[in-house]
Amino acid sequence: MEFKDYYKVMGVARDATEAQIKQAYRKLARKYHPDVSKEKDAEARFKEVGEAYEVLKSPEKRAAYDQLGQGPRPGEEFRPPPDWGAGFEFSGGGSRDSAYSDFFESLFGAQARAAGGRRGAFHPGRGEDHHAKVLLDLDATLHGGARQLTLRVPEIDAEGRLTSKERVLNVQVPKGIMPGQHIRLAGQGAQPPGGGESGDLFIEVDFQPHPLYRVDGRDLYLDLPVAPWEAALGATAKTPTPTGTVDLKIPAAAHAGTKLRLKGRGIPASPPGDFYVILQIALPAANDAKAKAAYAALAAALPFNPRASLGV
Amino acid sequence: MSSTQDQALCGAIFEESALLTVKDLSRMCAVDERHIVALVEEGVLAAVEIDTAERHFSGAALRRTRLALRLERDLELNLAGVALALELMDELERLRRELRARS
Repeated sequence: MEFKDYYKVMGVARDATEAQIKQAYRKLARKYHPDVSKEKDAEARFKEVGEAYEVLKSPEKRAAYDQLGQGPRPGEEFRPPPDWGAGFEFSGGGSRDSAYSDFFESLFGAQARAAGGRRGAFHPGRGEDHHAKVLLDLDATLHGGARQLTLRVPEIDAEGRLTSKERVLNVQVPKGIMPGQHIRLAGQGAQPPGGGESGDLFIEVDFQPHPLYRVDGRDLYLDLPVAPWEAALGATAKTPTPTGTVDLKIPAAAHAGTKLRLKGRGIPASPPGDFYVILQIALPAANDAKAKAAYAALAAALPFNPRASLGV
Repeated sequence: MSSTQDQALCGAIFEESALLTVKDLSRMCAVDERHIVALVEEGVLAAVEIDTAERHFSGAALRRTRLALRLERDLELNLAGVALALELMDELERLRRELRARS
């Protein structure tokens, strides 16, 4: 398995103080927290940082980790030493809902969980509710329909290690669901240990980028290219919408960025969202004599300074 | 109808119908009821005004509560910090919308 250099992950020296480690963690956590970060690998980085902090903030785990030295030489497999963990007492399991790396699990996983125990059951006789997040195709909400959802479910294996298991569910996606909303599947959560009512499964929905439409809440946006003369003179343009192609009227004297609204043609929620068309001016290529002549004629006919607003 | 559609689990949009009590939120988010009440008192969660003695929340409170709990745990924030972060995130979202509406 891969050796993790937790000091490198946190960007601190091997002799960093507890205060320095805490400070480094908070800075990185704010930078990469998936709820606030705009970095594209935020989620993976955040997990890595959280795991490093879990080890380095605890004096026992850190001391044990330090005994491993700098890890194997590049390309060599890491194996925990046979006497690993002897003489150390780990306490406080992570309260995370995602799996740690194999490296972490092989060193601290089972011990930490044995000492930390399970979270308290607040509602005896009823299983815990589970939560998952999925990325759906936009068509799922536009038209509804069944989708195969693959969820990762955390599970404690026979050796007491936290792993994740794949669970495939066939789910009828409710038409009109918006990003950030949940599909609730009653009874699909955890079963209580002693028998009784199962918890529910909450699936938070978001959408994969669509080739044509952008989603904003219940509204949809489309960039529609138009020819310069269509924008100047007005035109009727064929426009794709979720419910089929429509003839869209482009008003005369439109410009790049002009926004047109088709009421009620967004996500079919209640009330339904709107469909916005943002015009973009597409220029014909001037790659033959005829096109060049047409541009030259336009230039001759129109006294036009596109940079007038720049004062030049 | 194909067999896959027959077997599909039917789920409803949770936010559309849910009216949640403190106890519901506590169970769904696996935290103590007192913690939910503390979030309300800090202004993170707003109860909806209905004519009963018990506090009720809209379905959207589930996502907000889970977000608040993640920020609290992962960024080691206290409740005042969580409340401030959420207010700023709301404000950011509002400004982004305004910017898009103007473009």
